[in-house]
Parts: sequence; C-alpha cells; structure tokens
Amino acid sequence: MAHKMTEAELDRTEKEFKEWQAEYDKALKKMPQRLERFSTISDLEVKPLYTPLDIKDNDYFEDIGLPGMYPYTRGVQSTMYRARLWTMRMFAGLGTAEDTNKRFHYLINHGETGLSTAFDFPTLMGYDTDSPLARGECGKCGVAIDTIEDMQRLFANINLEEVTTSMTINPPASIIWAMYIANAENEGYSRKKLGGTIQNDCLKEFIAQKTLMLPPEPSLRLVTDTMEFGAREVPRWNTISISGYHIREAGSTAVQELAFTIYDGITYVEEGIKRGMNVDDFAGRLSFFWNSHIDFFEEIAKMRASRRIWARLMKERFHAKNPRSMLLRFHTQTAGCSLTSQEPYNNIIRTTTEALAGILGGTQSLHTNSLDEVYMIPSEQAVLIALRTQQILAEEVGVANVIDPLAGSYFVEALTDKMEEEANAYIRKLDEMGGMVAAIERDYPQMEISDASYHFQQQVERGEKVIIGVNKYPSDRPELEFVLKIDDELEKGQIDRLHQFKERRDKVKFQKAMDELRRRCEGPPCWENNVMPALIDAVRAGATEQECCDLYRDVFGTYSDPGSF
Amino acid sequence: MSEERKLRILIAKPGLDGHDRGARVIARAFRDAGFEVVYTGCHQTPEQIVHTALQEDVDIIGLSILSGAHTYSFPRVMELLKENKAEDITVIGGGIFPLEDIPKLKAVGIKEIFEPGAKLEEIINWVRTSVKPRQALQA
Repeated sequence: MAHKMTEAELDRTEKEFKEWQAEYDKALKKMPQRLERFSTISDLEVKPLYTPLDIKDNDYFEDIGLPGMYPYTRGVQSTMYRARLWTMRMFAGLGTAEDTNKRFHYLINHGETGLSTAFDFPTLMGYDTDSPLARGECGKCGVAIDTIEDMQRLFANINLEEVTTSMTINPPASIIWAMYIANAENEGYSRKKLGGTIQNDCLKEFIAQKTLMLPPEPSLRLVTDTMEFGAREVPRWNTISISGYHIREAGSTAVQELAFTIYDGITYVEEGIKRGMNVDDFAGRLSFFWNSHIDFFEEIAKMRASRRIWARLMKERFHAKNPRSMLLRFHTQTAGCSLTSQEPYNNIIRTTTEALAGILGGTQSLHTNSLDEVYMIPSEQAVLIALRTQQILAEEVGVANVIDPLAGSYFVEALTDKMEEEANAYIRKLDEMGGMVAAIERDYPQMEISDASYHFQQQVERGEKVIIGVNKYPSDRPELEFVLKIDDELEKGQIDRLHQFKERRDKVKFQKAMDELRRRCEGPPCWENNVMPALIDAVRAGATEQECCDLYRDVFGTYSDPGSF
Repeated sequence: MSEERKLRILIAKPGLDGHDRGARVIARAFRDAGFEVVYTGCHQTPEQIVHTALQEDVDIIGLSILSGAHTYSFPRVMELLKENKAEDITVIGGGIFPLEDIPKLKAVGIKEIFEPGAKLEEIINWVRTSVKPRQALQA
C-alpha cells in the first residue's frame, strides 16, 4: 500500500472495519444481498469492501513503484499514453489478398495506426487453397495466402517501414514471416527496419487454439529459429506474441490465462538459452497478448499483475540484465466469447467496457471486436464503429491522460496481488510437472480449461452468471442488414492463380532452395541450420506455403488433436 | 431391450476450424446426461466423421463449426451417410451460421441447428425426444 501503516494505524483501521462490518450485517437483515455470492466472471469471490487491511503486506516500493521502472506494475514506459497512444490495430482478413488490402487501406484511412492480419484456416493450418482439406474454407475466416505474390498483393501500397504489421500465424509462422521479409525486400525495404509481430506461439495451440501441425519439440525448434534469426537480422520484429487470448476464449479463468501464458513464455526463454543465446539478446523481442474479458477489474488486475510477474521472473529466474528483457509488452483484444448474437448492438457496450479495461491495464496495442463478429468476420460498417470506440476512449473520455490511474485502489491492488499469487501457484505446479511440454502431454492445461469452461456454462444455465439478452431478458437474434458474405466462388479463382504461379516458377531454382531447406531441417538445431535464410530463398524461388509445410511435416512428423474433453 | 440402450452420440468438428470450446462443453453435457459420447477432436474431414459414426455405431452426429465452412462440410456429411445407407443417423449442428444458411442446411437433412445461446438442457431434451436408438428403428 501507499506506505506501511504503524501498529496504531492498523489497530484503528481494524477496529473501524469491524464496526462497518457490524453495520453491514445489520442492514442486510432488513434487505439481504442481491446475490448470495459475488464473484468475478472467473468465479473468484469478491468481498463487499476493500480497505488498507487487504493490502497491508503490499510494499509500495517493491510491488507498485512507478511506470517504466521495475517491477513495471504501473506500465512499461515512463510516459505511457501521455507521449504516444496505444497502437490501434484491428485484426483484419477476408477473402483474397486484394479484398484484405482494401480493408487495410480503409482502416488506415479512418485512423488505424497498425496492421493486423487474419489468415483463413487453410493458411493457418499450412495448406494451400487447392488442398482437398481446404475445401469450402478459402477466405472465410481470414485471407488466403499461398504464395509470395499473394503477400505482395496483401501489402500493396503500404509503407512497410512506417507501419508495423502483426500476423496471427502459428505453425507456419516461419514461412509467412519469410514471405513478408522477402516481399518487403523485393519492394525495396530493409529487413533491419521492418517492425511487426508474428504470433508464432506454438504452445498455446496445443493448449487452446488447436492450430496443430507438428509435435511440440520440433514446433519449439522452429520458434527458436525465428527468435535467433530475429535477434540477428530483423531487430525491430517481435518474434513471438505469447498469447493468453485463445486460452481465455477456450474458456479458461483469468488466472489460468495469466499462468499458462507466462509459463509458455518461460519455456520460450529456456529454449532460447538452450540454443546458446544470451537472454538479453532475444527476450526484449518477446511480446504478449491478453484477452480483455467482461469483468472489468479482474482484467485490469490481470494485466497489471502480468507485468510484475514477468519482470520478476526475468530478473530472478533468468538473470536478465537489460531492463528491456523484463518488460511485458502486450497487445489486447476484447473478448469475442463475451459477445452475443442476440441483440448484437449490445456488443458495442461490451466491447467498449473491455477496451477500457485494456487501456487502464496499460496495453501497447488494441483490437476492438465488431458487433457483427458473432456471425461472421466483420463488415466495414461494424469495424468502423469498433475503431471509433477506441478513438473515443482515447481522445474524448480522458482515461488516457493519467498513467495507471487505478493504482492505489485497495481493491485493484488486492486483486493484482491475488492474480500474482494464484498464477505463481500454477507456475510452481507446472515446474513440478517438468515444464509445459510435459504438462501438455499429460493434457493438464487442456483439462483445467475444459473444467473451467464447463463450470462457467453451468453457471450460465443456472442463471448465476448473467448474459443480457441470453439468459436474462432473453431476446431473439435479429437480422443485421450489414453482415459480410464471403463468396464460395473465390476458391476457384485463388486455385487458378496458385496453379499459374507454380507453372511460371523456375523449377531448378525452386528445387535447389527446397533441398537446402530440407538439409537444414534435418540437421541439428543451430544457427548454421536456422530455417529462416533458406525459407526466404525458397519462397522467393516460388515455394508455396503448403510445400514448405509439407516438408516440415515430412521431416518432423505431425500432431493431431487427441480429442479429450 | 433396445430401449434401455444408451443413446450414442458422435460430437465432431468438420474442417480446419479449431474452435472447440462448444464441442467439448456439449460432449461433457451429453456424457453427464447419460449418453455414450465419442469425440474425435478438431480437424476431421466429412469422410472421417462418417467413418467414425459407422464404426462406433452412433445414433446421432453433432457437428460443431464456427468457421463458415459448413456450406461445404455439412452437405458432404449428409451425402456420405446416404452413400453408406446410414441416413437414419440423426445429424444436428451447432455453431455460427448466417440466418439464410439454416433453411439450406435443414433442406439437406440436418435435423436441427443450435445457435449461440442455446441451453445445454434444451439441446439434450431435443435429442431425448427426437432420437431413438437406431436398431430400435430398424426392428
């Protein structure tokens, strides 16, 4: 708390608190609490009132401190939003590369400040559009990218040294990143100046998102290759976005999101060190990604706690020296799973509240969901409302004017402490299990999340957790006038384009590049066998995404969902 | 005899979609309600789904999808069931569907579509009242 209380002050606070408690209990006899039990959406019980007694063990200097200073509870920069606002980064991808490029320009023209790319399922899973497994999926959930030419069309007329680009791609991340780098260089940009993020967080795929391709060990090897390559060649790039978002969407609690994600981070750091890198050479390029769910204070506490946990881990567990390595910088997305298809305009209110929590939690970038994302990827009309939501919060409401304004709140500090304590309990448990890969193999995080999501669903069914328009004041799903439709015919055009591309490429050059990629994959993991330089050559020589992934699958083996529940 | 047999349900996720929260929750709910549940995990082709349904001798298939690719995979599952003379397996769907697609899915033989917000109890009751074990039907 703000200062350590003297014994006398503590005694007085306790005495007065007891008096208040007696009054409260007496009043409840006349009118009982409106709920028997109050808890967060993660079912963490909350008390009616918080006082200095709840944070009497919290040390202002050790636990809270100042923004831009260890342990960074109050923010990663000294200036936070006084100097530069968070990056408004709307996740976008639909149909073909041209369709998505048009959407990028639309968003930039309306004030978006960073790009974020959503790929379709075949691209996410490492299949070209002409794969039998891709039938019916082209462009549906994002943009279809098969080749470097698609990548060129995706970023046409966008200055890649000025804008930073995030790409949500996991098992094929190295390939898509290679296409991005190769295309940028073809367009005359320097790789040293490219800024952006690849999600590239394979561990949470096994835990939650289920974009599965390779077994855990080779997946980690490829992630480490990208960390190593980034540290040497693309210094402004975030090589992993260690993501809690999908863990939460899969139904976890806030604490599970925090703990499993931080532990994934621990695992990546260990892998980097095993590769022979110094922790300070790569840790500064690790970034994080949080879900901002509907329970306002819980989210803010989670985000504040995450910075403190990471800073302490990096300093104490990994002996990082460079303060940059200790910073937990993060992107936030509002919770898709909190939105309802009933009365969809209410989603604007939900998203606004969640965005506000992200801002008060000190996010570095933010995606706000569109009200129609419960039906489909968003329409232009809906995405504009979502972007405007951020702009209104940034420039009208005043919440970005003061750094970490909730610090010192008895409740927020107590909840922040609680998040750290409970996350650390999970971290100890995962240590005891032998690390995250061992835990995943035992289905541990997966089943913890399943338990939590089933528990929540039962609470919803019993009406203990309220969703307006669904289990309280129930309402029908209306027809929205502006739901986006992705044409099933796109698939054919994309397949034709892919086949023409393959026809045109220099087959000798292509084969030589693929042979080199295979040689590196088959060799022991080290800088000489780093896949990235070979991938950049291969995609330039016309290798498609699936051809590179098929090579991976061939060398490293595949992994499929065990189907537990 | 056959009336006492527990209903067997296959929960399946067609296509490349990884959104499995709903599938896992409904699988547990059916299990808790006394059904025999087979869940095959994410990323099943229509061919794999129908193969499993026949192999496991299920009475119901519950398809869960949130990717928008139902326009291909749902009709394809129905087609394969017909080819295998197993049209008497009841097929239901859950997930996200544009309103205009729902009548089209019902037209190809999907018996019911459950949208976001559907209660577990409602889904289970629908199955209990609408589905009988397959052998009983054939007898």
